[in-house]
Amino acid sequence: MQFQSPLSVEDAVAFLADDQNARILSGGTDLLVRLRLGHIAPSKIVDIKKIEGMRSITREDGGFRIGAAVSGAEMNENHDLYLAWPGVVEAAGLIGSTQIQGRATIVGNLCNAGPAADSVPALVAASATARIAGPSGVRDVLVQDIPIAPGQTSLKIGELVTSIFLPAQPVNGSDAYLRFIPRTEMDIAVVGCGVSLKLDSAGTVVQARVALGAVAPTVLLVENAAEILIGTQLDDDALSALAEASSSVANPIDDKRGTIAFRKDVSGVLTCRAAKIAYSRAKGTVK
Amino acid sequence: MSQIHVKTIINGDASEFLCAADETLLDVLRDRLDLTGSKEGCASGDCGACSVTMDGRLVCACLVLGAEADGTEITTIEGMATGENLHPLQQAFLDHAALQCGICTPGFLVAAKSLLERNPDPTEEETRYWLAGNLCRCTGYDKIVRAVLDAAKIMRETA
Repeated sequence: MQFQSPLSVEDAVAFLADDQNARILSGGTDLLVRLRLGHIAPSKIVDIKKIEGMRSITREDGGFRIGAAVSGAEMNENHDLYLAWPGVVEAAGLIGSTQIQGRATIVGNLCNAGPAADSVPALVAASATARIAGPSGVRDVLVQDIPIAPGQTSLKIGELVTSIFLPAQPVNGSDAYLRFIPRTEMDIAVVGCGVSLKLDSAGTVVQARVALGAVAPTVLLVENAAEILIGTQLDDDALSALAEASSSVANPIDDKRGTIAFRKDVSGVLTCRAAKIAYSRAKGTVK
Repeated sequence: MSQIHVKTIINGDASEFLCAADETLLDVLRDRLDLTGSKEGCASGDCGACSVTMDGRLVCACLVLGAEADGTEITTIEGMATGENLHPLQQAFLDHAALQCGICTPGFLVAAKSLLERNPDPTEEETRYWLAGNLCRCTGYDKIVRAVLDAAKIMRETA
């Protein structure tokens, strides 16, 4: 096995493009475990952390560009990012222990394409895009279009995600992410839910996006959530319609961590709770 | 397999080593540099027994490749005491009997030191969350948490 640490995206793409068996190393919290277990035997590991921009969070068009090697801890320490997108930052911060937070990245979380990835529903609710570099150039893709099946992404050979872009948070806008786990820490989501809301000055919802994790092979966008929530102030009728919409969209598996019925029910409950948090943040009553 | 030449600073001293591409920082520390204080518990980032800091950031050495350490600054448990003088956290672990078999202790100490560098006055809850990635199978967590809180108090008083 070779180890490469290119200094430019072009060099990284070149290393990846001529070798189907090359693997990208960023935080390494999934890659090294798989390597150790013998689940993968790459011919080449391409460490992208020395490429300029990979480890920085920069302002762009009022939003934030987060480099592919930025760790969860670094996101949590960026106060401006937290104020704009608290749900995304909290979702990233829920992944693993302090030690894992020091290394694990949201791009790794996305590209591993685990159905229960915590940061992904929050990113989808936030309308985040991923910048992809590859042999045929650079393209921007919605985060929800990256995972296509458990462990599989829409990335082609030679491509890598170089950053995530979170758009400008509108005035009276905010987000939230909640997950259900049977413990208080260090566990995999049984259900995860990201909600992003924008209100008008009177507190009426004018934009809404809701995404669910861990209840389908890939992240789910609750398409009719916007229709249900827009024009409301999250009254009880809107919330019960929202819960029903989330529960009916959820398409989970039955396993030891939760039955299908339980996960569908929790999808509705968590969506309402996350929506209430996003709403009070957007109203400015909680920051 | 060709070896990679890595230059790093470990516990304040310049250090160079050769390692294989798939060799972890933990294996390098233990098997090549004889720094055996960092322990291998799980080798999958779950137990924290191999906790070290890399450029000031707490990480599991089992989830870092040796090659990645090039150009970074590493601190391990071996860098904690000053000569014969124990760090206040080490003394507090002894005073509170916060260890039995001791395998988890180096990781707990490195993790706790990293906590107190960021937050000299943590609450019990903050301490427990910070140390959630360090597992202890004999002493349990209460004595460890008390030792960390006590060391924090001593360090604040003597600062």
